[in-house]
Amino acid sequence: MLSVQDLKIYFIGDRSVARALDGASYEVRTGETVCLVGESGCGKTVSALAILGIVPQPPGKVMGGKVLLDGQNLLDLDEEEMQQVRGKRIAMVFQEPMTSLNPVFTIEDQISEAIMVHEKAGANEIRKRCIQLLRDVGIPSPEERLKDYPHQLSGGQRQRVMIAMALACNPDVMIADEPTTALDVTVQAQILRLFQELQQTKRMSLLYITHDLGVVANIADRIYVMYAGIIVEQGDTSHIFQDSRHPYTQGLLASLPSRTKRGGALHSIPGLVPDPSDKPLGCPFHPRCSFAVKSCKIKFPEMYDYGEGHVSRCPVLYNKK
Amino acid sequence: MKKTDTHTLHKETGLEEGPLPPKESRTQEFWRLLRKNRLALAGLIIFVFFFSIALAGLVLTSGNKPVFDPAMVRLQEKLRPPLSHPHLEAISSEETPTLGIYLCGTDDLGRDVFSRMLQGAWVSLTVGFVAVGIAVLIGIVLGGISGYFGRNPVRVDHILVACIVFVGAGLLIGGVFLAGVGLLCIGCAYVLFQRWWKKVGGQSATPLIRLFSAETFSVDTLIMRLVDIMLCFPVFFLILTVVALLPASMYNIMIVIGLTSWMGTTRFVRAELLSLREQDFVTAAKALGVSDWRIIFRHMIPNAMAPVLVSATIGIASAILIEAGLSFLGFGVPPPHATWGNVLSDGKRFIFDAPWLTFIPGFAILIVVLAFNLFGEGLRDILNPKLRERY
Amino acid sequence: MLSFIGRSIIQKIITLFFVMVISFLIIHLAPGEPSQVDPLNPKFTPEMVERFRSAFHLDKPLHVQFVYFYRDLFTGKSVSWKDNEPVLKKIGERFLNSLPLFILATILTWTLAFPIGIRSAIARGGVYDRSATFFSYLFYSIPGFFFAYILILLVVNTFHVPVIGMKTFGFGDVSVLRTVMDRVWHLLLPSVLGATVGIAVLSRYVRSQMLEVEGQDYVRTAKAKGLPSEQVHYKHALRNALLPFVTMFGLMLPGLIGGSVIIESIFSWPGMGRMAFEAILARDYPIILSVNFISAVLVLAGTFISDVLYMVVDPRIRL
Repeated sequence: MLSVQDLKIYFIGDRSVARALDGASYEVRTGETVCLVGESGCGKTVSALAILGIVPQPPGKVMGGKVLLDGQNLLDLDEEEMQQVRGKRIAMVFQEPMTSLNPVFTIEDQISEAIMVHEKAGANEIRKRCIQLLRDVGIPSPEERLKDYPHQLSGGQRQRVMIAMALACNPDVMIADEPTTALDVTVQAQILRLFQELQQTKRMSLLYITHDLGVVANIADRIYVMYAGIIVEQGDTSHIFQDSRHPYTQGLLASLPSRTKRGGALHSIPGLVPDPSDKPLGCPFHPRCSFAVKSCKIKFPEMYDYGEGHVSRCPVLYNKK
Repeated sequence: MKKTDTHTLHKETGLEEGPLPPKESRTQEFWRLLRKNRLALAGLIIFVFFFSIALAGLVLTSGNKPVFDPAMVRLQEKLRPPLSHPHLEAISSEETPTLGIYLCGTDDLGRDVFSRMLQGAWVSLTVGFVAVGIAVLIGIVLGGISGYFGRNPVRVDHILVACIVFVGAGLLIGGVFLAGVGLLCIGCAYVLFQRWWKKVGGQSATPLIRLFSAETFSVDTLIMRLVDIMLCFPVFFLILTVVALLPASMYNIMIVIGLTSWMGTTRFVRAELLSLREQDFVTAAKALGVSDWRIIFRHMIPNAMAPVLVSATIGIASAILIEAGLSFLGFGVPPPHATWGNVLSDGKRFIFDAPWLTFIPGFAILIVVLAFNLFGEGLRDILNPKLRERY
Repeated sequence: MLSFIGRSIIQKIITLFFVMVISFLIIHLAPGEPSQVDPLNPKFTPEMVERFRSAFHLDKPLHVQFVYFYRDLFTGKSVSWKDNEPVLKKIGERFLNSLPLFILATILTWTLAFPIGIRSAIARGGVYDRSATFFSYLFYSIPGFFFAYILILLVVNTFHVPVIGMKTFGFGDVSVLRTVMDRVWHLLLPSVLGATVGIAVLSRYVRSQMLEVEGQDYVRTAKAKGLPSEQVHYKHALRNALLPFVTMFGLMLPGLIGGSVIIESIFSWPGMGRMAFEAILARDYPIILSVNFISAVLVLAGTFISDVLYMVVDPRIRL
């Protein structure tokens, strides 16, 4: 359905170039939930913005790659054609519900706007659809909420409104960029459940971006692990969690606190995420990797196939097999 | 990447832990951003140029036998155009202009305009800086007090003491010596009494004393109402009034402009302090026992300086314009001292015959004011983290 | 909301009272005497000076004078000391002269500054933005009188129309059209002068507000919904960016009584600014204090209106 191929996006500064995305590829098939996992700053959000074509272009620049929606390259489309795609075929829910809604328009204004821009319908019908959407996302007394302004709602409710807006035109793909990071843990669980229900009832493809592996275990069909602008490992959920084949993924999994680790020291991956404008040569993870060998410093690793869609970018672990 | 030994190294991999120092210091970052903003850089360069000319002008035109004489009247040579040669037969040897030609022509009294411009440069500079200095000082103090101590109430006895001290000082200045000193003494005595009373921890049931301790409005309200009152007077009108009523002198003008332009700075500083006050570093400092004044001046004001600097730079530009305007109307620095506004004002009667008398000072003022404005706006872009491009 | 309005009005009235007192003190405590009662003035004999002093109540203590003055002001009986005309009538005449200048300048400023500022912000860094920025800086750095003379020279030399004063003398019985054209020509230059500085400053402010709003998350959301660019910029961004300007609307009120002394001097326009200026020179206390009072009232009313407008326009404050 949606396929990102070898996408490169650089941010041009006056003294340096930040290589936010350096040839990342992932795809989301019809009806499945794909999780894009990685630490802050690895390029996940940039790739999502690039799919919708809303990367700020003066510092940002697409340096290569394709974004295919049902075979059509979205990067080739001009602004007007992209406006037909946004909201209608691909919709996005952002990370910060507190600031993502316009403070001077009512909830009804903003949701109905999302409908009206893509479909023609009478005022009454639009209003009914708004109420239904609010009900779908689990907001109580939707008729009364319509007249409210964003600042009158809580964070969780605002995020639900964002989701309702995204669902307004029944998109084929929904991209959710860390939608629960800014919310309380209890609200997180509710929103997650909401996503699961919606995905089942609407048969939508869901690209869920997060850094929280606990969430991933719950909802993902397939997982892509991103580091420093490239995909370092991908596979089914079970493969990744039980049989990960990249040192970074292993490090992430080992860092998860669990009952079995009680009383011991928490594991952490030593070192820091590389500066996008100053990446190391060869494998970008090698400075922090306990398995690194000499060739890791020089040669950029290829993807190594473990079968059943499980691939990883580490030659060392592949050879250890 | 630089490695410093203040960061611990991880046992196994020898890599650094913890945050890295920024790649450039803040001063370096400031210069880099300034260089990038070419207009602001131009503004700064012009300002430095202007400053050196003003300094040179001060040196070259002061004293009994100045190198360039702005006050020498040569009626035979009036209204000569720029770059013209003097009529050597008509003037004595000591009346010849220094460089052999009238660089910028002469005015209606035959004075060399170039010398007058040199002399005026220093005046414009001084007026700008001193006036803005006064305004910024008042603004920081009032804004700081209002922002930090804003919630403290003003008590009835505070008001009484303030009135007594004011009237006492006024009487003292006005010449009524005895009464003035007497009132001041009463005021001081009361303040000391208050201090002792608080230390002793006295609570009193006497209604009179309770009346004195009653709280009225807050410090913030007081200062903000003061700002409102000042804002009610149309500024130029007020300056004009004061300048017209007081004897004319350069210092009066500077002080008056300063005393009427502090309102903006006060508002900025107050706003910044109000938001900074809630931040954790202030609470932490208080918990460590740092005194209030130290918190304000050492920790909060430096953070609030950005809008103050911007408005100060732009304020200098506007002070220069105001001085020029006052001179134009006849209320500027008194003759024979030259200011750019004076030269322009003298020339307004001859605009068709001797346009250089208008254009030369006009352009000079334009360029200097433009330089300050550009630099000020550039400062605003540089110091504003929100407007900086980040990726 | 009503309690806020009530409290606000009371505070403003108190402020007004203080302004009245302070302006009164400034005038009377300043050195120098009004010309008619100046003992050094050779035109008046000492007896006449005495008569004037008692007529103007100058021999009474200050607080009594204060009461007299404001009583006269409110009943409309105060007279100018210079030419014995009733103050309110004099102010009214000059006000009507200044009004067309003010209206034209304000209309020009507000209708031009917004499109310029908005377009500069949307196409940030482009040619339009950079030239608009350059001209803005130029126009608010130029000394007003200098610019005035340049304009006058330009217009007089190119168009050969008279521009000084409100209308040309000696026109006599000319057709209505010519009279109107003549008035327009005279009105145009001073208004344009007043407007250019306003446009320069206001458009910069509009631009910076727009830029700040354009960087907000909700603008990104609007784009992600698939809204066309005009809706993103002019509906979502602009609506938020305009909030502070609605409040500025109320602050324009004091401009009614202002009147640039400089512009009016250059163009010999008999307006409020020059009247105030002449009054200061002649120590014409009633005029000075009356103008001050009216200006204070307008400032306070203006801030009040802008506070109320802000509450109306921004739902976050209202609810």
